[in-house]
Amino acid sequence: MIAIRALSKSFDGRRVLDGVDLDVERGETMVVIGRSGCGKSVLLKHVVGLLTPDSGEVAINGVTIGSLLRNDLYRLRLRFGFLFQSGALLDSMTVAQNVGLGLGVHAVMMPAEIADRVAERLAWVGLEQHADKFPSQLSGGMRKRASLARAIAMDPEIVLYDEPTTGLDPITAEGINDLLVALRERLHVTAIAVTHDMRSAFKIGDRVAMLHGGRIAFCGTIDEAKTVDNPIVRQFVSGDTSGPLEPL
Amino acid sequence: MRTLIGNAGRSLIGAVSYVGWLAQFVVRMLASFPHVFRGMRRTSNQMLDIGVHSLPLIALTSLFTGAVATWQAAYQFENYVPLRFLGGAVGKAIMIELGPVLTSLVVAGRVGASIAAELGTMRVTEQIDALEVMGIDPVGYLVWPRVLAGVIMLPVLVLYANTIAMLGALAVAAWFVDITTQNFMNSFRLFFVSGDLYAGLTKAAIFGLIITLIGCVQGFNTRGGAEGVGRATTSAVVIASVLILVSDYLIATLLFQI
Repeated sequence: MIAIRALSKSFDGRRVLDGVDLDVERGETMVVIGRSGCGKSVLLKHVVGLLTPDSGEVAINGVTIGSLLRNDLYRLRLRFGFLFQSGALLDSMTVAQNVGLGLGVHAVMMPAEIADRVAERLAWVGLEQHADKFPSQLSGGMRKRASLARAIAMDPEIVLYDEPTTGLDPITAEGINDLLVALRERLHVTAIAVTHDMRSAFKIGDRVAMLHGGRIAFCGTIDEAKTVDNPIVRQFVSGDTSGPLEPL
Repeated sequence: MRTLIGNAGRSLIGAVSYVGWLAQFVVRMLASFPHVFRGMRRTSNQMLDIGVHSLPLIALTSLFTGAVATWQAAYQFENYVPLRFLGGAVGKAIMIELGPVLTSLVVAGRVGASIAAELGTMRVTEQIDALEVMGIDPVGYLVWPRVLAGVIMLPVLVLYANTIAMLGALAVAAWFVDITTQNFMNSFRLFFVSGDLYAGLTKAAIFGLIITLIGCVQGFNTRGGAEGVGRATTSAVVIASVLILVSDYLIATLLFQI
């Protein structure tokens, strides 16, 4: 469903992605792991066309993102949901307005239906009591959940999660993991999640890909990731300080 | 010398690339024009913010602008021009120049900075990216309502500023200058040309475009964190102020043939 081919991207002369190849099948959750700053979020932003690659391409169901005109790209994005690392909720709007924003702007539903959908998605993430609060009144975990409700408000086919558990305490993080698993079963979405939280990766993912040195150093099932011989993957998964990856 | 030439060259390249970026932004704005009709509520909110919320500040600055214009004109007229022409001279200065330019500079400081800071914060906290991934064109959603509100509200603010400035002028004339209120107003009426008023309002609309467009461009172009937002805010005010003064001259040469 999602095909990433020879994707390369540099910022200020520093090559962040250097020929990434990755396939994500329909209905699966691919978790991309890697060290902080290795380009995981950059990869995710290419998938939804927020960044333009220096070379290579991303195709969704055979349609190359880079070949689309702006309006066609906006239409394609209606099939996506995106959970930003920071939540990226519009701070001038309440939680309910944020969740219903896409539905309202694209006028895909009547206002009463939008209100019902917003209430339903907020209930799914356990925020029905906080619909009228502004993002600044929410905790980090609540902001992530509100952002998740917004990401799934339009029944997307593909959801992209950028560090869904980063910055959260272990209990809240586990709650978010449970939510992502429940949503996958409820909406049958295809998902890519980028994270460096291995507990989260093993819980929400069907397959794991490790990004290292601008390329995919490993791609396999969760079980393969746990038993792989590749010293880089093994060290990253176990969190050891000794090995080919420098701790700092 | 070589450093000086190098710096000048870099500044020139920076200015040219900024103009290119601005042109690209305007082209993107024009492509988003159909969004204007879907965002009328956002536009009216912006009109409230740019227009209504600026009224107290504009009243204060205009009152003193009118007052000082009368005082300075009376000082310069002394022994050369009869004071009975004071109302006409001050009225023309306010309508053609002082009202539009000073009001726009004040609005550039208040509104231009606020737009750049708001959009800059949205840029660095990925809120603009969030709009993009929801399939919402951020230029149509965020820029058009602000630009439209600026173009509509600046002439209204200038009309209001002209009125307050004339009251300030009249007060100084009546209390501190040797001229009656009636003579001052007769002189104003005698020299009043509606074209001057319209020219001032036309200028105001153009300045409204400059203030809001530059605020949006600087906000969208923000990079980095809080420091980047600070830079965007400062540059929005500086660039808009310079462009207001430069375009004021250009408009004057077009509208007022000598």
